[in-house]
Amino acid sequence: MTTSIKQLPDTEQVLSGNGACGGCPATMALRIVGKALGPNAIMLLTPSCSVASMGMTPKLGYNWPGINITFATAGSSASGITHALEIMKEKGRLEGELPTVFSWVGDGGTYDIGFQALSAAAERNDNIIHFCYNNEAYSNTGVQRSGATPRGSFTTTTPTGKRQPKKNMALLMLEHNIPYVATATVAYPGDLYDKVVKAKNIPGMKYIEILAPCYLGWQFDMSDTVQMSRAAVRSGAWLLWEAENGKITFNNPTSLIINGKKAAEPVDEYVKKQGRFNRLLKGADSAERIAEIQGDIDREIAFMRERAKITI
Amino acid sequence: MKSLTKAYRPISWPMLGAGGDTGSWRVHRPVVDVQKCTKCQFCWAYCPEAVIDRHEIIIDYRYCKGCGVCAVECPTGAISMEKEE
Repeated sequence: MTTSIKQLPDTEQVLSGNGACGGCPATMALRIVGKALGPNAIMLLTPSCSVASMGMTPKLGYNWPGINITFATAGSSASGITHALEIMKEKGRLEGELPTVFSWVGDGGTYDIGFQALSAAAERNDNIIHFCYNNEAYSNTGVQRSGATPRGSFTTTTPTGKRQPKKNMALLMLEHNIPYVATATVAYPGDLYDKVVKAKNIPGMKYIEILAPCYLGWQFDMSDTVQMSRAAVRSGAWLLWEAENGKITFNNPTSLIINGKKAAEPVDEYVKKQGRFNRLLKGADSAERIAEIQGDIDREIAFMRERAKITI
Repeated sequence: MKSLTKAYRPISWPMLGAGGDTGSWRVHRPVVDVQKCTKCQFCWAYCPEAVIDRHEIIIDYRYCKGCGVCAVECPTGAISMEKEE
């Protein structure tokens, strides 16, 4: 049973008046993460929008001790801190419950630049939580193409729409044989909360990916952030699942789509709401290219359905 | 003077309004209709700024950026966006 909105705790770790854009899905997700993790945590931030939204020195918009690290080192820095904490506890310099070490990283720091360090941390199975808030582009620097950008999407480096599909990062992390992998999105805060609470109580490497529809990068109205996140899940462009010790379970409403109880909505509606697909829709070959996007989504749904059957 | 000395260290401290008085960014102001409100707390959960009081549904206009997510997500339409003067 998913936690309902009324059952979410009062803890606020994201403070009002931070420097994020209005309607920012990253702070929206971080608030829910904060409710689940509580104040006893250490935050690591690679260059991303979340660093820009921390605010100006000497003020900090997040109520955690946070460290700004270089782009490629999310995995290795978190590993170092968690090992240092363990040794401090061993030597008696630290008392009480050890703080949760988590990195809050965008899709650039996870899919592309930070992948090597993250992969190494996953292989070592260090006791950290890696959060990837995925806005499907390098939004902080003005929307450039990343490994998470879906096919057909406009960015400043793919002016006629990206020609390649995105990679399934959560599945890649699952193949590292880590104890917990999950995907979530901002439209389902109860689901996200449950996943973070579960991850907090599992020792070892945890990976949670949160789809964050960025209204600047995706080019829609900022009040529709949550609607767009919901549309992504209903059209099957984003699948909600979690895997504990390699066993994949799907969460509502993705489980209905996977089980065939409910058909995924056609991708046309989802694509037409977003300005980043505008140039693709205006072109002469628009029907073919939408069919390509639909093909990617159908393939992903079919693949994940079959992948979930493997439980060895 | 205390805060000035803190500024010289490369350390920030958690405080409200780290980005300034972000309420001045607002173009449209969310207004709650108390009659229609059912206190479902959806606006509180989806607010990216944490400016909505959970129980009384009061909005802190000092920091509200006026994104309008609360107005779109409100199931009873109790929150309307009015143009800022």
